[in-house]
Amino acid sequence: MAYGGLGVAESKPADYPARRVAPVVLKALEGASPTKLAVASLSFYYGRFRALKDISLDIPEKRVTALIGPSGCGKTTLLRVFNRMYDLVPKARAEGSVRLDGMEVTETTRLLELRQKVGMVFQRPSPFPLSIYDNVAFAPRLLGWGRSRVAEAVETAIKDAALWDEVNDRLKDPAASLSGGQQQRLSIARCLAVKPEVILMDEPCSALDPVATLKIEDLIDRLARQYTIVIVTHNMQQAARVADFTAFMLMDTEERYGQLIEFAPTTDLFNKPTDPRTEGYITGRFG
Amino acid sequence: MNRNLYRQASNGLARVFVYGTALVALIPLGLVLAYTVLKGLPSVEHVEFFINSFRPIGIPGGGVAHAVAGTVIMVGIASLLAVPVGILGGVYLVEYGRGRGGDLIRLAGDVLVGAPSIAIGLFAYALLVAPFHHFSGISAAVALAVLMLPVVIRTTEGAIELIPGSLREAGLALGLARWRVALQLIVPAAAPGIVTGALLAVARAAGETAPLLFTAFGNQILNLDPSKPMAALPLLVFNYARQPYPQAQQQAWGAALVLVVLVLITNLTSRFVFRRQIALAGKL
Ligand SMILES: Nc1ncnc2c1ncn2[C@@H]1O[C@H](COP(=O)(O)OP(=O)(O)OP(=O)(O)O)[C@@H](O)[C@H]1O
Ligand SMILES: [Mg+2]
Repeated sequence: MAYGGLGVAESKPADYPARRVAPVVLKALEGASPTKLAVASLSFYYGRFRALKDISLDIPEKRVTALIGPSGCGKTTLLRVFNRMYDLVPKARAEGSVRLDGMEVTETTRLLELRQKVGMVFQRPSPFPLSIYDNVAFAPRLLGWGRSRVAEAVETAIKDAALWDEVNDRLKDPAASLSGGQQQRLSIARCLAVKPEVILMDEPCSALDPVATLKIEDLIDRLARQYTIVIVTHNMQQAARVADFTAFMLMDTEERYGQLIEFAPTTDLFNKPTDPRTEGYITGRFG
Repeated sequence: MNRNLYRQASNGLARVFVYGTALVALIPLGLVLAYTVLKGLPSVEHVEFFINSFRPIGIPGGGVAHAVAGTVIMVGIASLLAVPVGILGGVYLVEYGRGRGGDLIRLAGDVLVGAPSIAIGLFAYALLVAPFHHFSGISAAVALAVLMLPVVIRTTEGAIELIPGSLREAGLALGLARWRVALQLIVPAAAPGIVTGALLAVARAAGETAPLLFTAFGNQILNLDPSKPMAALPLLVFNYARQPYPQAQQQAWGAALVLVVLVLITNLTSRFVFRRQIALAGKL
């Protein structure tokens, strides 16, 4: 009650399925899940600007981890370190260590393998200018999988992305003909088709209406047992609803680098934050 | 009050100026078109003009079939050479050409666009005519390809830059190699724009005379073998128009009309295709 109704229990709208409470509590209690991504003393630079400073956290396997924090605190930057998307930015570099299983992410030369393992869903759905089916089949085909394996992967991915019932009779239609929410689930299907282990999502619902958002959240819920999911969100209710663990980040007021303030099971972070800055943020006092 | 009046006046003046210059730019185009149609129509009215080749002065029924065939074949070969290389070059510039190498290629392209086409013709002559001691359609095609190349490169680059970066990121995030994303995702998405560039280059090559003078050289009979001298529409216009005989001059106008129409159709098609590219890019 102390935090303005932002605790997990209170944040649920009346019509939101209640079953979510149990797994969150259960998983949090069950606690120890092996670490999938071990981030240690990570700093990140865009040229001479330090965007992240000394970030350490262990992202647990087959759990949903949310990154929250005010705009500009480096959530996207951190996410893009995990699949080396920052390679596209000239003069960007990471210092420190991010280990994915045995692989040092910041140094690996096996980029394609890394990105296949660590998929990404973007803020705006970005369908390829192809049919619905070809969107999902695109990468498997280029990876040289056989015909039947591609077909199977595509169907499984579309089903797993909770899109099959809506599109199975129009797989040949252009992907652009789908609604925004469907396009976003198609992006998720496209990502699932190459069988990733980790899925990064950068504000996947920010361009969607509440109904479409709810569908994506349900989907995240269902994928959570098979995949390690890291989701950036501006919406604290969303973090409270979907994430097992939450990391709160904040920008340093003077040097403007992003830092990790607190990382804890979601219920703990929202109900009994240890840092006053976390408390301030989740009660809406600043940020 | 006063200021408002001033604004209106300067606005009106600017508008008059813009429309005026547009008109000045359009007048020559309109005149050229109208005059060519007027003078060329009498030749083009006869079907034989498109079926027959050269006939000596005094013998009726001369046509431009050999020149049309030569132009189509030489521009075709030039396209086969320049378009694939140009597309790869454009892709390279966008994907890898951020540094010095890229700037150098861009500069080379710009210089090449501005190079006098007669110099390019001389280059092809030195390279492919002089050593073999005879003129050929191939040597002309190479000259035209050199002319087309920078146009294709730069329009490809422009078309690819229209594609939002999010498409590339989405492809790379799936674990696909950069060159695959470029060639198999980005290039197809930019296809209409690239086709536009290719068509512009074709239109430019089809209308060139200078690079053909000492490469294709011209031919009076219908020749489909590009290893031999070939006729071409602009060459034919050039040769016939210089003759004192009204019959030859008449045919020159006819050939000019055919050429203008061909180039115009190519240009209009390219505009149409480019609209589709913009519509498509807007949806990505
Ligand atoms: N390509 C870039 N080049 C230079 N600086 C960048 C670049 N991208 C981000 N930054 C800077 O890095 C800092 C962190 O940006 P980032 O996009 O990671 O924030 P964010 O937490 O995702 O913000 P938001 O919630 O608004 O998406 C910001 O100060 C931003 O200006
Ligand atoms: Mg962001």
